[in-house]
Amino acid sequence: MNKNLKTIKILNPGPLTTIQDRGRYGFQDRGVPVSGAMDQGAYRLGNLMVGNKSDEAALEITLGGFKAEFLTDAFFCVSGPEQEVRLNNHVILTWTVHHAVSGDVLSLGYGRKGVRWYLALAGGVEVPMIMGSRSTYLRGGFGGLEGRLLRKGDELAVGRPNGARPSSSIPKELIPDYSPEPILRVVLGPQDEAISEEGLDTFFNSAYTVTQRSDRMGCLLEGQPIQHKKGPDIISDATAFGSIQVPGSGQPIILMADRQTVGGYVKIATVISVDLPLAAQALPGYRIRFKEIGLQEAQDLLGEREKPIEEFFGIGGRV
Amino acid sequence: MDSPRILPCGDSALSVEFGKTIDPLINQRVQILYNRIKADPPFGLIDLIPTYRSLLIQYDPLKLSFETLKQRVFSFEGLPEGRADVGGRKMEIPVCYGKGFGPDLEEVAGFHELTIDDVISLHTASTYQVYMIGFTPGFPYMGGLDERLFTPRKTTPRESVPAGTVGIAGQQTGIYPLESPGGWQLIGRTPVRIFDLTKADPFYLRPGDQVIFKAISEQEFEDY
Repeated sequence: MNKNLKTIKILNPGPLTTIQDRGRYGFQDRGVPVSGAMDQGAYRLGNLMVGNKSDEAALEITLGGFKAEFLTDAFFCVSGPEQEVRLNNHVILTWTVHHAVSGDVLSLGYGRKGVRWYLALAGGVEVPMIMGSRSTYLRGGFGGLEGRLLRKGDELAVGRPNGARPSSSIPKELIPDYSPEPILRVVLGPQDEAISEEGLDTFFNSAYTVTQRSDRMGCLLEGQPIQHKKGPDIISDATAFGSIQVPGSGQPIILMADRQTVGGYVKIATVISVDLPLAAQALPGYRIRFKEIGLQEAQDLLGEREKPIEEFFGIGGRV
Repeated sequence: MDSPRILPCGDSALSVEFGKTIDPLINQRVQILYNRIKADPPFGLIDLIPTYRSLLIQYDPLKLSFETLKQRVFSFEGLPEGRADVGGRKMEIPVCYGKGFGPDLEEVAGFHELTIDDVISLHTASTYQVYMIGFTPGFPYMGGLDERLFTPRKTTPRESVPAGTVGIAGQQTGIYPLESPGGWQLIGRTPVRIFDLTKADPFYLRPGDQVIFKAISEQEFEDY
């Protein structure tokens, strides 16, 4: 295959399409956010389905409205919440591998069942690695394609497919259940002791609405304010994917893919890995509830989620 | 010395908390543990984030259990301090103070009833330690500022601070590596690229480094 041959041309990127992968690890000690796919579940499964390693770069399409033309033949898969996807004018299934030929046009509708979809291409999207990752970090202006969101007319190449056979479809139970009223399970800490009894009670017993201001950095929620014991400020401490900050307003923020590596607000709890995709797909207006579980239970749930994936795709499903 | 607290941060990270304050001794313990784990990473380690007073360890719980990691932390923590553990590099950073580069220099001097020259000589007299890097890629939070320069942040942050600007906030001093919004008191600018993606190692500073500022003229800044 000609290395310079482009595989896909963006006809309409929709509101926000970027190139993302597993994320940029190893540089958080230098203040570099991880970035990467917001819904790691859908992203990773899409890659595995087209026969890629689970950490190849894919397109993250936000809120639909995307259109692209294939410039070569390619296997691809669209993963994420329910969405109307068409190849030319035929409706095709999500979570299914399709074969496109040169000239085919792929389009996503404006289905409102979630926020983000992943277009995985056999071979993975080929852009330069920056600090070990192809993920776009928009605020820093690096990664992905020139550190920016994709525009109409952009042409992207893919790497050489590794020869693994695509899986035309996957068992239904592997597909996340994207609920419009998600219950996010959390492990308390690391600063739950800075929240009053009343504040903890409020956090676990009320619903929080996702606001329009949410983005790849954080899921900003609105509801009953959570009370601190002494105030929201701490000497800066590191953050994790799913850390829930409670600033002075008492309105919680779930820190997501583009989160800053350190922050000076109290963190009441952390969303468990298995439930992060639900936070990533929560549309403005969705009402979120939180439920406390233990650390061991959270890790067991992760193991239970991984087992059928590894069984279906074989070793190498995890990076 | 008290044992650090081990706090879960969800199912795939834990925080080793040495204290809750800005303190050179607390930060030194963070740096030592960070260097030791980096030098001998356990299988299943994903990433490390040292801060002023804690070390976040991200791990894959299906490869490395919380308990094993916790024991590992305590075993590293219990070791006597070695020379290699604390050896930050000495870095000299040229700064052109005031003029267009440090728009708050006069205000800072006025706040402390000092002259501009006093502020410059105090700022260049100390050796600073990089306590942590965060906020934006490469932004060093440095301690060791002379008490006479402790200055509160601006009440209204600026929307845009140019790359290379040197600032003061409370008891810390720092450098903006990228153009970004910022609320620190801006006293000068360095021509050194603190974050430079064209370099093999894009980061000029590492956690634990010792930094000294050297005053340079506008001409020297332009010629750099």
